[in-house]
Amino acid sequence: MGAVRRAFAPWSDPNAKPLISFENITKRFGDAVAVDNLSLNIFEGEFFCLLGPSGCGKTTLMRMLAGFEQPTAGRITLAGQDLAGVPPYRRPVNMMFQSYALFPHMSVEKNIAFGLKQDGLPKAEITSRVEEMLRLVQLERLAKRYPSQLSGGQRQRVALARALAKRPKLLLLDEPLGALDKKLREATQFELMDIQHELGMTFVVVTHDQEEAMTMADRIAVMDQGHLAQVATPGEIYEQPKTRFIAEFVGDVNILEGNVMGQENGLWRVQTPSADAPLTIDDPDEVLHSGQAVAIAVRPEKMVIQRDPPGPNARNVLTGEVWDIGYLGDWTVYRVKLASGAILRVTRANASRFVENPIDWDEQVYVTFAPNAAVILAE
Amino acid sequence: MAERSLTRKLTASLVPALPYLWLGVFFLVPFLIVLKISLSDPAVAQPPYKPVFDWSDIAGFFSQLDLDNFETLVGDDLYLSATLSSIRIATISTILLLLVGFPVAYAMARAPERHRPLLVALVILPFWTSFLIRIYAWIAILKPEGLLNQGLMALGAISEPLTILNTEWAVYIGIVYAYLPFMVLPLYAALEKMDDTLLEAALDLGSPPWRSFWTITVPLAMPGIIAGSLLCFIPAVGEFVIPDLLGGSETLMIGRQLWSEFFSNRDWPLASAVAILLLIILVVPIVIYRDVEARRLETES
Repeated sequence: MGAVRRAFAPWSDPNAKPLISFENITKRFGDAVAVDNLSLNIFEGEFFCLLGPSGCGKTTLMRMLAGFEQPTAGRITLAGQDLAGVPPYRRPVNMMFQSYALFPHMSVEKNIAFGLKQDGLPKAEITSRVEEMLRLVQLERLAKRYPSQLSGGQRQRVALARALAKRPKLLLLDEPLGALDKKLREATQFELMDIQHELGMTFVVVTHDQEEAMTMADRIAVMDQGHLAQVATPGEIYEQPKTRFIAEFVGDVNILEGNVMGQENGLWRVQTPSADAPLTIDDPDEVLHSGQAVAIAVRPEKMVIQRDPPGPNARNVLTGEVWDIGYLGDWTVYRVKLASGAILRVTRANASRFVENPIDWDEQVYVTFAPNAAVILAE
Repeated sequence: MAERSLTRKLTASLVPALPYLWLGVFFLVPFLIVLKISLSDPAVAQPPYKPVFDWSDIAGFFSQLDLDNFETLVGDDLYLSATLSSIRIATISTILLLLVGFPVAYAMARAPERHRPLLVALVILPFWTSFLIRIYAWIAILKPEGLLNQGLMALGAISEPLTILNTEWAVYIGIVYAYLPFMVLPLYAALEKMDDTLLEAALDLGSPPWRSFWTITVPLAMPGIIAGSLLCFIPAVGEFVIPDLLGGSETLMIGRQLWSEFFSNRDWPLASAVAILLLIILVVPIVIYRDVEARRLETES
């Protein structure tokens, strides 16, 4: 599947026509601006995630697609059709609600059939489509049950089946896994991806859970205060975050503040109070000038912690003492306090079951990272 | 110690017994008295019936009971048509109440949350004035030279006063007015609990708002619709004050018949028989109501 997915990148094809296009969309509620002059294209077959903290405008954006909110300014098109004035019940878009919104007075099969009945499909076709959906979400045995008789995970599946039943061009999922426990959530993430792949539908998911977004999405749009902070693949978002907000919101990160000293052999030299020697950073795309204040972002797993002093040629050496150790099974997390007072988070994979003489609390340690492990973020 | 636990036990068993005691003293005993009177014969005396109960002669007591009064009820067309007319008026009133009450309750349930307690208070507000006085006020509104006719004539909508008072229309107006809170409150309780996202989900699945009203809103409000309808229908069947004050002599209702048997004809046994008949008619909807309530509580838990 990985290989298939890799080839799928319509967003980098200048000739590709987007399925959904937000053009300079603004949405105000009274004085509050929920979405601020936002433009975004989403392509057919994409699994697209809108990621951001609560109140960033991601839900408003989705509700405008479904037709529950009208943009204050701007235009939304779906497959070239302007959606302005098209009521929700005429849009080829279906939504899976965060609360699932299952009709409590209808059985599972009636819930799934509801949308099909609205289209006036013949009875036989409704029956076969409902059966197909029940099979897809593996709920055949519960067709006659009522929502109140189902578990949370089963309700989630009914909601998904109901939203998929009409084979919409676009499926919106509002925090689809928010109400599930961790194990079930992980299993369902992969299931959603399989279903999306199988049906070839376009999915737009709203979530505040970055892990969920990273796992499922082809592309992620990170939103902050009504703006798009960055739209990119999960890998790009994680490894090349554009701003400090993104670096901190997606995954864990260590931020070292400093000032640019200049460029040497294509590498940036940055002076920081956290280290004795200037840091060397390999981030050639950044355009910086001497003296500029920058933040250097390094992911915890890209830092190396060691007891012995590194060799004289080692670059990017920080010294400190172990403040906290958290053993997570697969990883161990070290919190290292630097002389400057800053606390670093360093993780190490537990590659073997036993370590002789492991690094202990309060020990003096050296933390190093490679020049290409870090990203420079202009302040 | 033992004494205290005994008192506690006594209290513990007495408290649940209280409602039964209340119902026994104020409902069951009066009901048995009415039943006994309905089975006795009328007499011109004080009280205006022959006491049939004598402790020394229980066998004699039972031999004196008879169903003569019930035979009169069945035999005389007046009672049958009064009963049917009562049921008809109560049914039409209940439908009118639903038509008026549903939009009111719906608007209340959709109002901003901070306004809702005030709206509920406004629905209950009329109870601060005596029921009788409020019905008397309707006479002043509905009579030929009353406020309504004056208003309509001033607007030029009509040239001659409408005859509303002393017709069945006045009874409908009175009942709808007086019973509206009993319809609105259960409807409001049902509609207020409804999750708005259900309507959004219906919209999203292709159902226009008017269709979602019938497929989502009405079924979910059904417990409220049934409760409100029965709360209005049951007392409306036996209503006496409204038909008496607003309905004039033409309006035939069982409650008025009962009153005139008691006070005009002083035929207590027959009046008691009418009361028993009314009770039997109303037991059916009361049982339905209890059943619906029990099922509702079951599904909620």
